[in-house]
Amino acid sequence: MTPSDRFDFLLRMGDSTLVLAQRLSEWVGKGPVIEEDIALTNVGLDLIGQARMWLSYAGEVEARGRDEDALAFRRDAHEFRNALLVEQPNGDYAETMARQFLFDHWHLLALKAMERSRDERVAAIAAKSSKEVAYHVERSTDWVIRLGDGTDVSHRRMQDAVDGLWMFAGELFLPDAVDAAAREAGVGPDLAALAAPWRSAVGAALAEATLTMPGDDWAQRGGRQGRHTEHLGHLLTEMQFLQRAYPDAKW
Amino acid sequence: MYAQMVDTGLKQVAEATGMSPEESAFQARVDADVKVEPKDWMPEAYRRTLVRQIQQHAHSEIVGMLPEGNWVTRAPSLKRKAILMAKIQDEGGHGLYLYSAAETLGVSRDNLIDDLHAGRSKYSSIFNYPTLNWADIGAIGWLVDGAAIMNQIPLCRCSYGPYARAMVRICKEESFHQRQGFDIMLAMCRGTPEQKAMAQDSLDRWWWPSLMMFGPSDAESVHSAQSMRWKIKLLSNDELRQRFVDQTVPQAEFLGLRVPDPELRWNDERGHYDVGTIDWKEFQDVLRGHGPCNRDRIRTRTKAWEDGEWVREAAVAHARKRAERAARAAA
Amino acid sequence: MTSEWPLWEVFIRSQHGLAHKHAGSLHAPDAEMAVRNARDVYTRRNEGVSIWVVRSSDVVASSPGDREALFDPAQSKVYRHPTFFPMPDEVKHI
Repeated sequence: MTPSDRFDFLLRMGDSTLVLAQRLSEWVGKGPVIEEDIALTNVGLDLIGQARMWLSYAGEVEARGRDEDALAFRRDAHEFRNALLVEQPNGDYAETMARQFLFDHWHLLALKAMERSRDERVAAIAAKSSKEVAYHVERSTDWVIRLGDGTDVSHRRMQDAVDGLWMFAGELFLPDAVDAAAREAGVGPDLAALAAPWRSAVGAALAEATLTMPGDDWAQRGGRQGRHTEHLGHLLTEMQFLQRAYPDAKW
Repeated sequence: MYAQMVDTGLKQVAEATGMSPEESAFQARVDADVKVEPKDWMPEAYRRTLVRQIQQHAHSEIVGMLPEGNWVTRAPSLKRKAILMAKIQDEGGHGLYLYSAAETLGVSRDNLIDDLHAGRSKYSSIFNYPTLNWADIGAIGWLVDGAAIMNQIPLCRCSYGPYARAMVRICKEESFHQRQGFDIMLAMCRGTPEQKAMAQDSLDRWWWPSLMMFGPSDAESVHSAQSMRWKIKLLSNDELRQRFVDQTVPQAEFLGLRVPDPELRWNDERGHYDVGTIDWKEFQDVLRGHGPCNRDRIRTRTKAWEDGEWVREAAVAHARKRAERAARAAA
Repeated sequence: MTSEWPLWEVFIRSQHGLAHKHAGSLHAPDAEMAVRNARDVYTRRNEGVSIWVVRSSDVVASSPGDREALFDPAQSKVYRHPTFFPMPDEVKHI
C-alpha cells in the first residue's frame, strides 16, 4: 500500500466522522427534549474524537506537516473523502436518525474488521472507536424502531427519511482502487463483504420498525473519491470560516 | 443573576410574631440549617418562590446554550469544537438537574417550559446579547460563567435539599467552564492583532451586561430579604457583584485588556474596586424584551420544542405499544 | 400534555464495591430509554459502572410527619456505637 493510498484511506475514515460530527453539532441546543440533546451531543463528541485520531494519523502518513486542524480546516470540498451519506442535511429528527442508523451499522462493521488491521495504529483507533460506535448503533437503531413503530406521523416521516437517504448508503460498500489496496495490505476492511451483514442488521431493524426496506439499490457515489453533493461546500464554508479568514491566527 | 429579581409574592418579610406554628417551626429549621425536603411542610410562598427561582435558573441554562451554539459549528479547531460541544452539553445537563429540582415541588417540566415560551417566566438577560465573534465564546465562559459560579457556590448551601444538591453537581461540572473561557481569551490576547482586537471588542460588549447579571442593588428589596430569611438567597446582589469585579479586573489586566469603565479604580480604603454607574435602564429594557436577541432566543427555543413534539409523542406511543405487547405475551 | 415522558429516579454505582447512590432524575418514555438517558446525562465524567432507574411514581417514601416516631428512638441507643465503651489506653487492637 503506497503512503498516498494509506493517506487517502485514513482521510475517508477521518472525514466521514468529522463531517457527521459537524452535522450533529448543528443540533446542539435544539433537540426534541433535553435528554436527547445531551445524548446526541455525546455521539457527536465521540465522532469528533475519532476524527481527530484519524486525521492526526493521516497527517503523519502524509508527512507534509499538516496536523488534524490543517486537514480539517484548510482543504476544499473536492479534497474531502467522506461518504455522501454523512454530509446530507439534518432535516427533521427522522432524517438525522435514519442517516445515523445507516451509517452506524456500516461504521461498526468496518471498525470491527479494522480491529484486526495489520496497521497497528489503525487497529488501535478502530478498537477504541468500536466501543463508542456499538453504543451509537444501539441508540440509532432504537430510534428508528421507535419512530417507525410510533405514531402514523412518525412512521411516515421515518419511512420518507429511509427512502430519501437509501441511495447514499450504497457507496459505503463499493470499493475502488484505494479500498482494494487497503484490503490487500490487510489495513482496511473488505467493503463488499460488509454489505450482507449490514443488509441483514438494517433489514431486521426496519422490519421491527414496521418500515419497508427500499427496493431500488441504485447508489449515488463519489464522496469517497472527492465528488460531493452540493451540501458539503456549505458545511465547510461554515466550519472553516475562522481558519480561512485569519490564516495566521492560532486559536 | 441566572435567576434575577425573583418575586416572593410577599409585601413584607414574614416576622415571627405573625407566623403560624407550622411557619415558626419551618423557619426554626431553616435557621438551624436543616434542609427542607420535598415532602416537608413549607409555606406556600416559599414553594412558589422556589419554583420561580429554580425555573428561571433552569431556563437560563437552556437558553444559554443558544449564544454558544451560535459558534459551535464555526469553532476554529477540532479541540475547541469538542470542548465547546461538551460545555454546551453540560449546560443542557444543568438545565435538566434544575428542572428536576423544580419538579420535586409538584410542577411538571412541560408546564415550566410552556411558561418560558409564553413569556410568563424569565431567564437571565445576559443571554439576550449576541455572540458576534469567537472571543465572545471566551468571554461567556470567563465572565458569564464566572459571575454564575459566584452565585451558585453559595446556593450549594441553600435551604431546599434538591436545589442544593443540584447546585453541588452543577458547581462540580462548571469548574471547567470558566477556565476554558479564559483559555480562549488568553490564546486570542497572545495571538495576532486582529485576535486581540476581537478579545477587546468582546470585553467591551460583555463587561457591563455581566455586572448587570447580579441584578440591581437589593439592599432595600423585600423579596431579597425574605429569600435570605428562607436561605434560598445567601448573599446580596451588591456583595456578589463586588466579589466578581474584584476577582475579574486583575484577570483582565493579565490578559492586557482594558475594562471599559473609565471610573474603575482600586479603593485602598475599602479594599475593593470602585466601578462607574451601571446603566440600569438598559437592564430594564432588556428585561422587558428589548434586548438584541430576546425574540430570536424564544423563537429558537419554541421552534425546537414544537419541532420535537411529534418525536416525543412517537416515543410515548411506542413505549405504550411495547408495554401492551409485553402484557399480552405474559397473559 | 400527553407527550410528556414519565419521570425516573436514577441511581449510579460509582465504583466496584460501593452501593448505588441517587444521582438525580430524568424523563424517558420507558425503562430502556431511561437507562440510556441516565448513561448520557449522569455518567459523562466517568461517574459510574452501573445504573438503576426507577419510575419516580413507584418510589415509596417515609412521611416527614413520622420522622420523630421513626428516627428519634434510635438516638437514645447510644450503646450501639463503639465510642460508648471507653477502653483502657493499654488495650490495643480493639
